[in-house]
Formats: sequence, C-alpha cells, structure tokens
Amino acid sequence: MIGFISKVFAILGKDLTAEIRSREILSGMFIFALLVILIFNFAFELQRGELASLAAGVLWVTFAFAGVLGLNRSFVLEKDRGSLEGLLLSPVDRGAIYLAKMLGNLIFILVTEAILVPLFAFVSNLALPLLPLLPVLLLGSLGFSAVGTVFAAMATSTRTREIMLPILLFPVVVPVVIAAVKATEVVFGGRDLSSVADWLRILIAFDVIFTVVSFLTFEYVISE
Amino acid sequence: MNSGAEQQIQWEVEVKGLSKYFGPRPALRGINLGIARGEFLALFGPNGAGKTTLIRILATLLPPTAGTAKVAGKDIRREGEGIRGLIGFVSHLPLLYDNLTARENLSFFGRLYSVLDLEARGDELLEEVGLTHRQHDLVRTYSRGMQQRLALARALLHDPAVLLLDEPYSGLDPQAVERLQEVLAGLARRNKTVLLATHNLEEGFEISHRLAILAQGRIVWEGERDALDRQELRALYRQYAGAG
Amino acid sequence: MAERGNRGVEVLGGLSLLSLAGALAAIFLYAPTERVMGIVQKIFYFHVPSAWLAYLAFFIVFVSSILYLAERARGFSISLLIRLFPPARASLRSWVKARPWDRLALSAAEIGVLFATLVLITGPLWARPVWGIWWTWDARLTTTLILWFIYVAYLVLRANIDDRERRARFSAVLGIIGFLDVPLVHFSVEWWRTTHPGPTVINPAGPSLPPEMLQTLMLSILAFTLLFFYMLLHRLRLERMRDEVEELKTALEVSGTA
Repeated sequence: MIGFISKVFAILGKDLTAEIRSREILSGMFIFALLVILIFNFAFELQRGELASLAAGVLWVTFAFAGVLGLNRSFVLEKDRGSLEGLLLSPVDRGAIYLAKMLGNLIFILVTEAILVPLFAFVSNLALPLLPLLPVLLLGSLGFSAVGTVFAAMATSTRTREIMLPILLFPVVVPVVIAAVKATEVVFGGRDLSSVADWLRILIAFDVIFTVVSFLTFEYVISE
Repeated sequence: MNSGAEQQIQWEVEVKGLSKYFGPRPALRGINLGIARGEFLALFGPNGAGKTTLIRILATLLPPTAGTAKVAGKDIRREGEGIRGLIGFVSHLPLLYDNLTARENLSFFGRLYSVLDLEARGDELLEEVGLTHRQHDLVRTYSRGMQQRLALARALLHDPAVLLLDEPYSGLDPQAVERLQEVLAGLARRNKTVLLATHNLEEGFEISHRLAILAQGRIVWEGERDALDRQELRALYRQYAGAG
Repeated sequence: MAERGNRGVEVLGGLSLLSLAGALAAIFLYAPTERVMGIVQKIFYFHVPSAWLAYLAFFIVFVSSILYLAERARGFSISLLIRLFPPARASLRSWVKARPWDRLALSAAEIGVLFATLVLITGPLWARPVWGIWWTWDARLTTTLILWFIYVAYLVLRANIDDRERRARFSAVLGIIGFLDVPLVHFSVEWWRTTHPGPTVINPAGPSLPPEMLQTLMLSILAFTLLFFYMLLHRLRLERMRDEVEELKTALEVSGTA
C-alpha cells in the first residue's frame, strides 16, 4: 500500500517536474482558454446585466475545451517519445499510473482555472465569491479528469487521436457540465452553496463512480 | 531441444510454441527457444522477422496469440507484474523522460522499481556507463549514444535477472557502438542472462555465447557461437534470411 | 448445429412478423383515436417501444462489456471481476473465448443506436403538431439524445481501431462507462429542466391511459421486442461469420507462407 502510494507520487512528481520545465501543456491550455473567452466575448457582447447567468456557461465551456487539449497532450507526449513504454515496463500497478495521470490532469486544469477565473471576473467586473466557488471548481474538474484520463489514453491509440477524445468525452461529461454550470451560476448570483446541494450531489456521485470505474478499467486501455 | 542433456539446464527464458498474429498477419509462428541462466544469446534477423515482437512479448508489453513463455521462472500471461520487476529492457527508443536530468530519470525509475539505496546505486551506474559528468543535464541535450547508455543504466537499475535488448545499437555512431559494446561485454562477464536482438551480424557476435537466426517468424537456425566464424555465420544468414 | 440455430432464428422472425401485424391492426383498428391529439397520437405506439428497446440494447452492451473483460481477465490478470467467476485454468486463447461477448456488445450497440434514432425521429414528429415545435429540450428527449451521442461515439471508436482485440477492449470500457452514466445524465437533465419549466410536463404515458390503448401499447412493445431479438440474432450471426472469414484468411496465410 505504501509502495503503491509512493509510486503514484513518483509518477505525478515526474509529470509535474517535466511540465514546470517545459510548460508545454499549461501554456497551450491557458492561451487556448483565453482565446475561447475572447471569441465568446465577440459572439455574445457580454453585458453586465446578463453576465452572471452567462459567465458560468462561458467559463465551463472554456474549461472543457482547454481540458481536452491538456488531456490529449498528457498521453500523446508519453506515447510519441516512447516513455510510456518505460512506465508500462516497470512493476507498477496500472491503477497507480491511472491515479497519477488523473491527478496530474486535474492539477493542470485547476491551475488554468486558478488564473482564468480571477482574470475573467476582473475583466467583466464580476464579484468573485472565492470560497463557495472552490468546491464547485474542484468537484467539476475532478469528474472531468476522472473519465477524461481514461478516454485520453484510449484516444491516443486510435487512428484519429485528437478528434476522438471530444467525441468520447463530451457526451459522457454532460452531467458534470450541467451541474457545474448551474452551481457556478448560483454562486455568481451571490447565493450560497446550500441552495445547490442537489447539483453538488450529482458532481460527487459522478466523481466517485467514475474514479472507481476508471481505476478498475484503466489497465485495459493502457496496455496492448 | 534435441538432446537429453539440454533438458537438465535451468532455463532463465523458456519459450514454447509462441505465436503472435496481428490481425491475419503472422509475426511469430511457433517459436521455441531457451536461454540458460548466465547465457548471452544473440538473435539475428532482418527487419520484420519478428525480433521486436518476440522481445515485447517476453517483456509483457504484448500478449501472445498462442503458446507460452516463462521469464525468470514466471509465466508471461499470469505473472506479468512479477516479471516486470525482474527484467531490464532496452530498445531503439530510449524510454526516458527528456525533460528530466539523467539523475532524475534514474531516481524516478528507481522509485518505481523500489530500489533501495537509490543514491549509491545511481552513482555506480552513472559511473559504469560513463555519464557521471553529465548527470545533472537534461536528457534532451544528450547525444543519441549517451541516451542509449543512460537507457542501459535505467535497465540495470534494479539488478535484473534477465536483460532484453532490442536493436540497442540502432542510430549510434561507431564510437558509441564501441562504448555500448564494452558495457554489454561487462554484462556477459558477470553472467547476466541476456537476449540481444539485432539485424547487424557485426554486433553481438564477439560477446555472445549462443546465436540464433529468426526469419519470417521462425527460428531457422540455432547453435553455439564457437561452432562457427563470422564468414560461416554470414553465409548461414544469407541462406536463411535472404540478404546479408 | 448451425442449421438448428437458423431454424430458431426463423421461428423468431415469423413470430415477430405475426405480432407486428397484430400490433399494427390493434394500433389502427382497435385502439381509439385520441380526442385532442388525433391520429398523431398513434406515433406513441412506436415511440415508447423504441425507447424501451434502446435502453434494453444499451443494457446488453453494458453486461456483455463486463463479461468480455471478465472472460479476458480470467487466467492472466488480477481483476476484481475474476472473483465473480469460478477459477478457470489459464486458457491459451482466453480472448477467443471472450470474443462472443464483444460480438454481442457490438450487435446490441448498433441496434440500440437504430432504435434511439427512431425515438429521436418519432419524438419531434409527434411534438410538432401537439406542442407546436419540432424539438424541445424535454428531459426524456434530451437524455435520449445524449445517450445517442454516447453510443454513436461507441461505434465511431470501433471504426477507428484496426486491431480487433484492442477494439474489443476499448469499446468494452466505453460500454461500461456509458451505461453507468445513464442515471446521472437522466437526473441532471431532469433537474436542469425543472428550473426552467417549459411545455414539457405533458406526459404521454400517463397512468390514466384507457385500457384499449394500454393493451395496444403492450402488444406493440411485445412485437418490437421480438423484432429486436430477431435482428440481434441476425446481426450476431453476421459478425460470427465475419470472424470465421478472418480466421480462414489467417489459416490460408499461414499455410501459404509456410
């Protein structure tokens, strides 16, 4: 058990160190997210009045797009450089590889959100209710990377790769997107989290179910 | 396996009737092969003969279609994780992280292999492959030869019982080949069980104990290294595998 | 053996033909025409059975995906699923034994997408005259649409993987995840709608259905279900033949190059 956890953190630490040096994934996600928001701004001409209801949707669509970008890179990089093989050759439970990759993807998404949300709130003159927003961001992003990691591992082994991931991922994460958008909307509207308990419950149920199922099935999508 | 004496040998790698198909395309067709403990076997074969497939199956990276194989006494189908802890694998890809330094790579894989006393083991291996002076540089700044030597150090990290080498020389300049050759010769002297697969007859002939030729998914010839010289090997290879 | 199997399939085909004819007669001759909606309401006898069969099909995908992975895992991998099955000798070609489950999953997924498509077509056809709009983000319609996307993705995934064994493995994982997602999709969509109540509260399958309509619906469901299994068996047979052709090709290749 201790060995298992230590291996999870070894892989996670390796991914984070490599990313801190190259910033390949994070910079890509962040610039892409900014562009999405810019385009939304032109498309909707976001006005102050309707902002609170639209902001939640805009933000989560942006996270979803940027997240797909990051998820794809996380396995494409390993696969193209042949390092995934080195990982699979080591006596490591595939579940440990899953957890490390999933946590890494979660961290990348959270970092992007941590920069993007305040920036967005600042630019659009929106009050930022940080404390109630945190659990929503965390639970939503966790669900997204829980299934996203499995699908990304699958997508890199298919012929169409980058196209495959959103086709697989978006229909399945619909509950996460709906629940997270609704909860974020309420938080931006100034009400507290207790009024969105149902949405948080959906998020928690999704996170728990799909972290467990992904953990158990990951060995089937990662090995040959 | 034709004489009675051979059956007494304790095989470190034992392959029986191993076949692998990719769709309808056969890559391996009923391979039988044994490597005794401490033996260095050089497996020659042209590109596409099935060398990589065989090595990847033994390394538990690929499941066979039919047949069985045991590595270090463990079944490749059922005891994959056990085998992974006992083998070292080097291929033409370095299997390293190029945004980490050599030292970081070794420390990372050391943790995955639960290597005790990582620091000292790392020192020792970096010394052995001659990379001590560059250990804190990122791997992506390394030449191909240095990457390949580091890949070998990574493969030796956990002191594996069996080494599987798949075209370790590919893309190396002559100097790097010579250097790698020295390290491999050292392994042979230390009685490591080694399977070296290569398409180049010059490589591995000197340091191996036994030779085998793989062509079109079959072992077509197998024998002691001392039984023939280079000329004879070349003739054999041309006969079985087409081009020399 | 193959012939006897065929006869069973043909009997099932005859039964589904008969019951379909009966259902059609009941729909247009026996069941009363709904007073408010008129003749359009009769779409309901096609819509509801299609929805039921889509869900049944996706459930079959789910179960056979689990069984595929379990059968594959037997003998050479530690998986929690193994414990559900008696310990078996390590099979030489364990994936060959698992193969029928993959064929079942694929066949059910294809037919499920077909019926889900029928739901998505008959729904708007009914909604247009009754609600005055083609499409509405009604909870059930939306859920079906999302499921349709998930299982279309399942078929797209299969089409994008060449290796048969890997294709089976990956799609089994999606078959499991996709079905576990159904209740979550359903609840989130339903709660999402209730915050903006629209003209969607009308429930065509209300409990106050006249007995003639209920009987007709039951007959229709029975007929469609028989048809579903008839199609499934045919699709399975086709896939099995395809596998046999693959194996023959392999055998030829081997003897040809030997």
